[in-house]
Amino acid sequence: MLKQDVIPMRFSQIKRINSRAVSSYLGQAVWPILGLVIFIGLWNVLAKNVDTSLGQFPGPVAVWEQANVLIEEHQAQSAKAEMFYERQEKRNAQRVLNDPGYEPKIRAFTGAPTFFEQIWTSLYTVTVGFLVASILAVPIGIFCGLSKAAYGAINPLIQLFKPVSPLAWLPLVTMVVSAAYVSDDPMFSKSFITSAVTVSLCCLWPTLINTAVGVSSIDKDLLNVSKVLRLNAMQHVFKIVMPSSIPAIFTGLRLSLGIGWMVLIAAEMLAQNPGLGKFVWDEFQNGSSESLARIMVAVLTIGIIGFVLDRLMLQLQKQVSWDKSATLR
Amino acid sequence: MSKQALTTSRLLGKFSKAVSNLQAGIGIAFAIGVGLVPVVSSVSAQEMGYAEKEELKFGFIKLTDMAPLAVAYEKGFFEDEGLYVTLEAQANWKVLLDRVIDGQLDGAHMLAGQPLGATIGYGTEAHIVTAFSMDLNGNAITVSNDVWQQMKPNIPHENGKPVHPIKADALKPVVNSFKEAGKAFKMGMVFPVSTHNYELRYWLAAGGIHPGYYAPHKGDNSGQIDADALLSVTPPPQMPSTMEAGTIHGYCVGEPWNQQAVFKGIGVPVVTDYEIWKNNPEKVFGVSKGWADKHPLTHIRVVKAMIRAAMWLDENNNANRAEAVKILAKSQYVGADEEVIANSMTGTFEYEKGDKRDVPDFNVFFRHNATYPYYSDAIWYLTQMRRWGQISEQKSDSWFKDMAKKVYRPDIYAVAAKALISEGKALATDFPEFATESGFKPRQTDFIDNIPYDGSQPNAYLDKFDIGLKGDSKI
Repeated sequence: MLKQDVIPMRFSQIKRINSRAVSSYLGQAVWPILGLVIFIGLWNVLAKNVDTSLGQFPGPVAVWEQANVLIEEHQAQSAKAEMFYERQEKRNAQRVLNDPGYEPKIRAFTGAPTFFEQIWTSLYTVTVGFLVASILAVPIGIFCGLSKAAYGAINPLIQLFKPVSPLAWLPLVTMVVSAAYVSDDPMFSKSFITSAVTVSLCCLWPTLINTAVGVSSIDKDLLNVSKVLRLNAMQHVFKIVMPSSIPAIFTGLRLSLGIGWMVLIAAEMLAQNPGLGKFVWDEFQNGSSESLARIMVAVLTIGIIGFVLDRLMLQLQKQVSWDKSATLR
Repeated sequence: MSKQALTTSRLLGKFSKAVSNLQAGIGIAFAIGVGLVPVVSSVSAQEMGYAEKEELKFGFIKLTDMAPLAVAYEKGFFEDEGLYVTLEAQANWKVLLDRVIDGQLDGAHMLAGQPLGATIGYGTEAHIVTAFSMDLNGNAITVSNDVWQQMKPNIPHENGKPVHPIKADALKPVVNSFKEAGKAFKMGMVFPVSTHNYELRYWLAAGGIHPGYYAPHKGDNSGQIDADALLSVTPPPQMPSTMEAGTIHGYCVGEPWNQQAVFKGIGVPVVTDYEIWKNNPEKVFGVSKGWADKHPLTHIRVVKAMIRAAMWLDENNNANRAEAVKILAKSQYVGADEEVIANSMTGTFEYEKGDKRDVPDFNVFFRHNATYPYYSDAIWYLTQMRRWGQISEQKSDSWFKDMAKKVYRPDIYAVAAKALISEGKALATDFPEFATESGFKPRQTDFIDNIPYDGSQPNAYLDKFDIGLKGDSKI
């Protein structure tokens, strides 16, 4: 009897817990969804009331249509690329027949990059620029955090260069890269180097500053532990300093990546380097009736990618952080 | 392929290699290149030798007259020559020219004045050559709705429609009223050495409106000295939006940016360059001299492909234009709406909204020997540079001819054309008679102010203008 009583009770308990979990989960999801719905509704209504010389401002429907068109264009271009390679192979074979000394070579498709290729270019550029900056900024930051003298020496430079928009550097970077990076068969294109360096220049500072601050504010107790254990310099950095300043370093890295992504788009627009920024600018220049909707697709894509990049950094932080209980947002 | 032919082609390949090495080595280059020409043209194209450089990148500006490039790419004419070409839109004419000079681009769609300006050292100095003229006509002058309303009463009407060509005389009272109100009358053009700048100046000056002088020897490159109308540079695709913003009151630009103003309802094209100077040369395909010397065979092959593209564009009385419009409307080329591009590409031109007229020769790509680089065309641009002070001192007639011969290369064009003829891809009658062609067009009289032009006498031509520098006058 007793047992029979107990079991249903447990079930109901489980049910209650479940429904509570579900409702709390729903509660969490309801607000973002509501926000999104309201945003799309407002967008739809407002877009209808904005008339530009290129026609109405694109609403959600127009943007959705253009997103599909962009996908179709990508597929069409891929098909063209395939034909291009087929033709090229035939031509190469013909030429080898006529000119046996010729070494056939397969050239990359010469068609215009599609939207998705532009996304890939931008992502690749920002990653490289960000990694280069981080590899430089984290050690310098740690060094500055550990040594008052180094901090004193570098701080004025940081203060001087931090507020400079990387776009102001762009002309200088462009000229230096075209002068310094000369090779007959370059591994990377100049435009890629210019964009990546520009991204690096702006990714340096937040990481550097946050790392320095994080390192200099390590708990005294931990420093004492290090002293008691007589850790050497390297052990001190890797066992004590780095783990305890991970949150600060990551705050800097996330800031850097966010800024880097924003700056990259602007730099691509300005320097006409391949990427999403170039896509936006080209569409603006085209001035066709679909241009605005296509730009809007790019705007949303840029936003989504920026968001995803930030989440990725957060995941990475969770992975490397020793304090798994800390709430991260 | 027979063994003998094989060795011949091998030998020729070696020969051309040796020649190009020699050229690179001594640097006197195309003097020898010209020596090579008869050899090359007498053998069939297959034996002409393959291109020295197969992967090429060409720049262009988003204008309908880049069509020969897009067509040569899309129709496979470049690939037929063994060339793998990437076409890349450029932000503006300066960036485009600089990238050709520093080698990021192998060649580009250029304003006719750009190779000349660069070679004589106006602006960025570099020796640029052209062996292919891309089109005739294709530009127009557009004014804002507001200016049009003020201009309209001064224009004679017939059957309720304005009589064309509209002269700048109708604009003069408007410019005067701006002056009296203490406001500047501003117009946009695309580049200091652009066709548009000279056409706009020609049209304004013919109506008694002074477009202003340049004085590079004093460091003044604004081109606004003594000006009634202030001209400034705006990149073509931004013309409509700049005028819409009120920064300029009108502009001179290529298509589709005049028709775009009609479609957007922000302005009215008043005159086409066909009416200012019938069949005027417009864009050219420019490469740097260094590039041309290093890649003579590539250059010839590029010109071959572009001649075929131009022929395709004008074939059967413009029958292919609708397809060309579809190609140009792609976002990687011009990217404007199909109907906007079609408005001028298919032999019509819409002035005031609804006032669509036939201008069958508004865009000419091949007929009337449009692709042949005439010395006299080059000299006309040089006279205009002198007229407006970009060339600040008097130059002799022979200087004009020497400069034209330095930049315009009909010899390369002739080799390409002959190769096409021998391959059966073109007829000899499609081209000028190469044996006798002097490169100077006979006296031309179809200008809006009826002043005749003879390319062999540039200084005498300059003397005929009321407004403009001539003789030894100097700013």
